Amino acid sequence: MSETGKPISRIDGRLKVTGKATYAAEFNQPNMAYAFPVRATIAKGLIVSIDDAAAKKEPGVLSVISYKNAFRLKPMDMQAQMKAGAAFLGENLLPLQENKVHYLGQFIAVVVAETYEQARTAAYKLKIRYTEEKAATDLKSELPKAKKPKMFMGEEAQVNEGKTAAPLAASAHQVNHSYSTPVEHHHPMEPHATVAVWDSTDKLTLYDATQGVGMTSAIAAYFLGLQSENVRVVAPYVGGGFGSKGLWLHTLLVAIAAKAVGRPVKLALTRQMMQTNVGHRAATIQHVALGADTAGKLGAVRHHTDTYNNLTTFFEPSGKQSLVLYQAPVREVTYNVTTLNRGTPTFMRAPGETPGTFALESAMDEMAYELKMDPVEFRIANHTAKDPMKGHDFSSDSLVDCYRIGAERFGWSARSMEPGQQRKGKYLIGYGMATATYPGGRSAASVKVTMTANGEVTVRTASIDIGTGTYTVLAQTVADALGVPVDRIDVKIGDSSLPAAPLAGGSQTTASIHPAAMEACVLLRKELAALAIADPSSKLNGRRLDEISYADGKLVITGEEKKSDAYADIMKRAKRTEMEACATTQPVSGPGMTVPSALCTPRETPPEQNSDIKQYAFHSFGAQFAEVWVDQDFGTIRVKRFTSVQDVGRIMNEKTARSQIIGGVIFGIGAALMEATEYDKRWGNPVTRTLADYHVPVNLDVPPIDVHFIGKPDPHISPIGARGIGEIGITGVSAAIANAVFNATGKRLRDLPLTPDKLV
Amino acid sequence: MRPFKYSNAADPAAAITAISVNADAKFLGGGTNLLDLMKEDVMHPSELVNITRLKYADIEKTSNGILIGGTATNAFTANHERVRKQYPLLTMAILAGASAQIRNMATNAGNLNQRTRCSYFYDVNMPCNKRTPGSGCGALKGLNRNHAIFGWSEKCVAVYPSDMAVALAALDAVVHVEAGNQEKRTIAFADFHRLPGSTPQIDNNLKHGELITSIELPENDFAAHSYYLKVRERSSYAFALVSVAAAMSLDGSRIRDIRIALGGVAHKPWRATAAEKLLVGKEATMANFKVAAAAELKNARPLEHNKYKVKMAGDAIVRALSNAMNGVGYGMNAGLEAGV
Repeated sequence: MSETGKPISRIDGRLKVTGKATYAAEFNQPNMAYAFPVRATIAKGLIVSIDDAAAKKEPGVLSVISYKNAFRLKPMDMQAQMKAGAAFLGENLLPLQENKVHYLGQFIAVVVAETYEQARTAAYKLKIRYTEEKAATDLKSELPKAKKPKMFMGEEAQVNEGKTAAPLAASAHQVNHSYSTPVEHHHPMEPHATVAVWDSTDKLTLYDATQGVGMTSAIAAYFLGLQSENVRVVAPYVGGGFGSKGLWLHTLLVAIAAKAVGRPVKLALTRQMMQTNVGHRAATIQHVALGADTAGKLGAVRHHTDTYNNLTTFFEPSGKQSLVLYQAPVREVTYNVTTLNRGTPTFMRAPGETPGTFALESAMDEMAYELKMDPVEFRIANHTAKDPMKGHDFSSDSLVDCYRIGAERFGWSARSMEPGQQRKGKYLIGYGMATATYPGGRSAASVKVTMTANGEVTVRTASIDIGTGTYTVLAQTVADALGVPVDRIDVKIGDSSLPAAPLAGGSQTTASIHPAAMEACVLLRKELAALAIADPSSKLNGRRLDEISYADGKLVITGEEKKSDAYADIMKRAKRTEMEACATTQPVSGPGMTVPSALCTPRETPPEQNSDIKQYAFHSFGAQFAEVWVDQDFGTIRVKRFTSVQDVGRIMNEKTARSQIIGGVIFGIGAALMEATEYDKRWGNPVTRTLADYHVPVNLDVPPIDVHFIGKPDPHISPIGARGIGEIGITGVSAAIANAVFNATGKRLRDLPLTPDKLV
Repeated sequence: MRPFKYSNAADPAAAITAISVNADAKFLGGGTNLLDLMKEDVMHPSELVNITRLKYADIEKTSNGILIGGTATNAFTANHERVRKQYPLLTMAILAGASAQIRNMATNAGNLNQRTRCSYFYDVNMPCNKRTPGSGCGALKGLNRNHAIFGWSEKCVAVYPSDMAVALAALDAVVHVEAGNQEKRTIAFADFHRLPGSTPQIDNNLKHGELITSIELPENDFAAHSYYLKVRERSSYAFALVSVAAAMSLDGSRIRDIRIALGGVAHKPWRATAAEKLLVGKEATMANFKVAAAAELKNARPLEHNKYKVKMAGDAIVRALSNAMNGVGYGMNAGLEAGV
């Protein structure tokens, strides 16, 4: 392995910085029209009438479409959708099929016009009348109506309900507090956009800003009544997703619009629509109780979450990490979920762990103070090497190393246990830390590798690069598996017509596509070797397959360097201009996040990729350390430096991996200090409407971030040894910062974000 | 965005005439606020007259101060040598606002004319007396964490967002305007912006068709003791929760003259006259600063979610005065790095 792990720059970086990478909204078509959606201005009720007379008189308007005249989509049917791989609609709602309004901002009509501004101007002129019903807009007041969901994504949702009451009561030390987290929005840099092109009445192409081309194709096909192979979804570059780029209504809306006007149509969401129509992280109120004995051993962990959802079975699973971290004989994780008339909550970077680690890891800090133990030592004393629920060993166990190395790199020993002891001028200085964790997963994926007699290699899979480095690390893996330079490898992804791969979510892309890529290269080399062995003019003629290795674009007899045959020569003599092989990664269980129909059938059964997969629990772990400066008068908080030590298995590219962790930490700084979408409960509208109101960190908010990887390959998750890395970076960050604020000021803040008004 | 007529004004008279004959027409400066408002249908002028090519883009010395051009950009103004030397308070205030890209586009006249950032104003489906007189104030009983603690009315609790204008208020600027027939007049800065009263839709006392040609800054001896302090939710590119422009001249440790203005607390830059009165002629001490700040904040009327601003504004006055007294210099990090 020579390329894997190297910190090479993104192979698509130059295209991106020179504006040549084509994003969804840039796939302009001849004769293209523009759609502008119209949003409901009430949170709940019925549309009584839509007066489009004035809108239709606007110049350039081609069509005004609403529930009255929209193409009828196939109705929702979860069983049938699951069979078709079409279950994962962002919200369980179809556009323009009925006059019901479920939340403020819901798309209720669309105007199609010759230009974007014409469509938008006409959209302003629609007159819509409603009968309004009383909407549920406030979490706290709706909690009495909350239900206890039985399941979450196929797992038990309520674990050991009531079982911690007695052990907690009997504990020598108890911590029992409520922590709350606000609504957050993903706000990727690239707003969602789709260009729909009907190639014929039963064939559709969608250029879509999506995290999953296969998923989008399956869902769009299902509801439009098409064959999924006839819905091609193209997304070569995606400007961030963070969980928000599943299939939302605008993608179906633009297909409907394009069908109605018989022309290609583009629809791009505004920043305001991104607050109501493409998901968010729901607010949570979490109640965490810990019990410990006098020696600092945890006896019980209880984590209850109050939250809400709407038009989905998903809810923010903020108890997840409390089933995984620390040795404690009893743990109870429960949820109460109510319904609000608000756009649908969805997956957002480390769903569950991001708000969940804030609560659990704040509580752990509170318990450490209660016990007068160093927070790092307290965590080490309660470390578990086994999944506490399943009893399986974790596939790698380096969390204690993360704590120790992190403490050393950060200079944790300089911390004073007593809060408020360090200051410089008006600034109170504090240190805090927290544990990071996120599950490791693997879904089914197929990768096809093609080689030409000119030595050009093409790798194809329907994966996505949402900015993470998928192109680059895939090229590195194939470069090593074939012994060819990275610059001879063309990576083609982001197209549903390619062999199936999971959507880019759940930190699974690398673990899913790389085993298949490697396997495809093995198959390709075997076929080349077979040709050479059978060819009398090859130096490899008549040798055994197991004698043959490879390097520098050649097959070589191991130990006899001069006995080699270049791939190109083998192919030319065999009169082959192109050879290809396709292989499939087996999922951990089920197809995972992949639409299975488009997996390629391997030409030979691959060897068992890892037979022991059922014997391990797969999780990544890390330790986060923060130094904060708090202005004693104004309550403004600056993170002055940050250390993140992560065990995520093998590092495929030191540079893109580091960027993922840095990005996660910055996202976490945002969650800790400033990100929150606020709603006016009288109307249910988001009041933080723009990126001037919804604050994310600016450069000056981002301190030097020290990232260190343990880097040990995880031999159990796959032969590649890499677990995902996209999400773990954000986990634990807000707790580390809040814990540092406590260390600085002696004030325990349990309500994110930590804006100055809460400290003044 | 609704269709509109667009023209480039050849000279000031043509610009003023074009606007004067159309009650729906607006001057267009950098467009950093107006165009956003038009995209969201909050404002829909039928005509825009681009004035950025007029000859008001310079900074000139006068017999008793300087004249800053109305169409000069914020960036040009902040970085102008004369401004940096003689009116560092203005430089600090401008650089505390927006982003480098916006300051490169935004003009000085446009800065004075920018609208509030109250989100109820921007959301055309929400009540807002400033946008739609008579529709009610969404923020009064709504989410008003960022709203006014001084001078608001039941009709409007919005704050005026500019940083630059807070410094101009402290520096006793005078706004020079020109109307049709080459009529000229001046407006003292304190009289330029308005409190909301019963007409929050009117932000300032500029009449339709009047063009801001320049802003005059009288000479002063505050340069060595000026400080603009801005408290915000992130380190840059955020509107002020509270800001303070403080400038003083000292005779030894005695305050000869002093100016204090607050931003983020009212519908206009809030000149802290009560605090100023208490401090003129007094010793520049932290104790005196605290007494003055308390006197100014005594009349604050916070709303449901912005009570924190009262304490924050008092502390900000004290900190800004202290930094001005100590001659703490430029830069958003100046205070942090100096540990003060």
